[in-house]
Amino acid sequence: MTVITKQPVNPTAHLTPEDIEQIGIELDAIRQDVLDDRGERDAAYIRRVVDVQRKLELGSRAVLLGSAFPPAWVVGTVGLSVAKILENMEIGHNVMHGQWDWMRDPKIHSTTWEWDNASTAEGWKHSHNEIHHTYTNIVGKDNDLGYGIMRVDEDQRWHPFMLVQPLWNFVNACVFEYGIAAYDLDLGRNLKLPKDKRSPDFSRRLKATLHKIRRQATKDYAVHPLLAAPFGGALPTLTANVVANVVRNLWSHSVIMCGHFPEGVETFEKKSIPDNETRGEWYLRQMLGSANISGSKAMHLMTGNLSHQIEHHLFPDLPSSRYAEVAPKVRALFDKYELNYHTAPLPQQVASAWHRVCRLSLPNGWLETTTWKNAPQQVSLLYKMSTGGRKVRRAAQARLEQQARRLRAAKAEAAQAA
Amino acid sequence: MTSAALPRDGATGRGPARTLRQRLRGVAEAAVTPLDLDDVLDVFHPLRRGADLRARIVEVRPETAEAATLVLKPGRDWSGHVPGQYVRVGVDVDGVRLWRTYSLTHGTRPDRHISITVKAIPDGVVSNHLVHRAKPGQMIQLAQPEGDFVLPDPLPSRLLLVTGGSGITPVIGMLRNLFSRRNPADVDIVLLHVNASASSAIFRDELRRHAAAGRLRLVERFDDRDGLLDVEHPEHGLAALVPDLDERLAYGCGPAGLLDALEAHHESRGLTLHTERFRPVVLGETGEGGTVTFGSADGEGVTVEADGATPLLDAGESAGVLMPSGCRMGVCFGCVVPLRSGAVRDLRNGAVTVAVPGETGPEGVPVQTCINAAAGPCSLEIGATR
Repeated sequence: MTVITKQPVNPTAHLTPEDIEQIGIELDAIRQDVLDDRGERDAAYIRRVVDVQRKLELGSRAVLLGSAFPPAWVVGTVGLSVAKILENMEIGHNVMHGQWDWMRDPKIHSTTWEWDNASTAEGWKHSHNEIHHTYTNIVGKDNDLGYGIMRVDEDQRWHPFMLVQPLWNFVNACVFEYGIAAYDLDLGRNLKLPKDKRSPDFSRRLKATLHKIRRQATKDYAVHPLLAAPFGGALPTLTANVVANVVRNLWSHSVIMCGHFPEGVETFEKKSIPDNETRGEWYLRQMLGSANISGSKAMHLMTGNLSHQIEHHLFPDLPSSRYAEVAPKVRALFDKYELNYHTAPLPQQVASAWHRVCRLSLPNGWLETTTWKNAPQQVSLLYKMSTGGRKVRRAAQARLEQQARRLRAAKAEAAQAA
Repeated sequence: MTSAALPRDGATGRGPARTLRQRLRGVAEAAVTPLDLDDVLDVFHPLRRGADLRARIVEVRPETAEAATLVLKPGRDWSGHVPGQYVRVGVDVDGVRLWRTYSLTHGTRPDRHISITVKAIPDGVVSNHLVHRAKPGQMIQLAQPEGDFVLPDPLPSRLLLVTGGSGITPVIGMLRNLFSRRNPADVDIVLLHVNASASSAIFRDELRRHAAAGRLRLVERFDDRDGLLDVEHPEHGLAALVPDLDERLAYGCGPAGLLDALEAHHESRGLTLHTERFRPVVLGETGEGGTVTFGSADGEGVTVEADGATPLLDAGESAGVLMPSGCRMGVCFGCVVPLRSGAVRDLRNGAVTVAVPGETGPEGVPVQTCINAAAGPCSLEIGATR
């Protein structure tokens, strides 16, 4: 999408500043209703999920001891995959958000939780809770927009590297936990710096992450296979762990892509965000910058209730189990203020997000101006843009955009004439 | 998780001295990372040796309409106690863990169970929960026993015990312990048991049975029948009720008014008195703003005056304190630090959070500094988070 301030019709243009503050007040009231009612039922819920997850993981690992027997491999691998997904999504992500801090249980607390993922809790809390949730979808500030390796918005500059971003996105999906770890460390930027220019804090965090990766890998790829070795299950257990980690990676990557990348989710221009953004304005940005996934209760659980991404972004510290019940109230508010509540089933949202990744792998305007007839010239233009310097790219880009504008104008005229 | 920071000897041992047990534990830890082995074992055996100290409620026995005894099976690491001591318990009330202190009301029992007797006080969140809603099978958190309100060893030949209301709870522990001995101790006991009414007297029937069996002399005083006890009164006071007062070692436990009077009385006679005071949960003054102390665990700190509209984070930073911070809008939980004592107010909805040392959790109450302001004097611990 184009940042809302550059769109032909800004989707928030019909709202007065008073409307926006009123939205904030109404959302605060929805939040307060949950806070007032939050209690034993919620505590019992998260404790049950943690209990079930731990038993499922242990049970699956026990079954995998006999994974030389193929049905045991299948059962164990499915169980382990589900356990890892639950741990990362419904438990880890949400606990680290402080959703359960109110229970004052040091065992289920944002300051003590460590998750089954390559990224450290500390790194994740910084890049996700602090940067992404505060600067959601502001181009140039929220690095979750493409994670610094992809272009997912028209207003992010095209680079020849982006041509392979669909492939890159797939690779990232397969090794997502390591992608997140690198992203949380801001590895790309830090590795470019000469060693003596890197901050001591980076070195410390890098060391902590490598330590964690080593422990994680030792567990999945050495300790458990060795435990299964006496039963002839070393290799099948190893493959089961690889598969479970990849399944968890693909699933979490897909769910997270659905949160902000589907077509129609709005983005924001850095300079259009005032320094003293009000609570109402912040809320509005979260409303337009997120997309939900519709589906069954099981689906909500497996996505860690990120299927309620809109509600999660409005109220990141409310217990995830409450998002489903506030969703109708939030949706009514969208309707009242004529805003687009972006929701669709999982396959549709995943396809839409992938469409965006593929579409934006090409320079703005290129697809629009390409027909069967001019395809050879367009391909050669793309080749020139890819191999030429920055100046060549900029000039070609300007021409493409001009052509696309003319095309749109002509189409509009034709439509009017008809 | 947290306990990962506290290496156990089992996990850190290296070299030839490493026992088989330690090696096995090392393998098990490697198999369950990033959890601790203890987190996994807790799922199956929360009361085992080495676990955080907890207890399972075995029985909730009503004592009066507003008091109940909870029989608890403590974790294996329970150190044992001396009758008269108290214990801090962490109870999940409406999902929130709250800590309170109660006297242990049994001596050492053959079944290793312990018990606390709780009187539900008006508006008492935890006491009402324990008396009216706690069920057998539920788990509570436990600390090791504390307190020096215990009988001396060897025992004196004459004792005077004065209790008011739930002040009987540490004393009943002493008595049960004395009376359950195989060779009963040769002690002459007078128990002055003061209560508002006969029906509110905890352990009334048990005490009367002991008295009937000649194990002690029970003096019951009920405010509704006898009027308020005036300790100094020449005709109805302590001296009249217990003529051989001067020859008895005295122990008193009960409300502050009774204990103050007793202390004055005994001091004027030059007698020794051991007392145990139940502190009510003093929430302190909750107001707008206050003196904020940003301290480290070892006691050094910076103190500033903050108004009721300034987030604690801003107050700390402007005083030069290195505060952890993040989004500065209540979203990211990057600024959470323990509130050690005092009250803070959430600037978004006015909700007040209170920490009372010894009453709220042992680690304080973690609060977000970016959206909380001082609501009276308060003290935060900086540098405690990982």
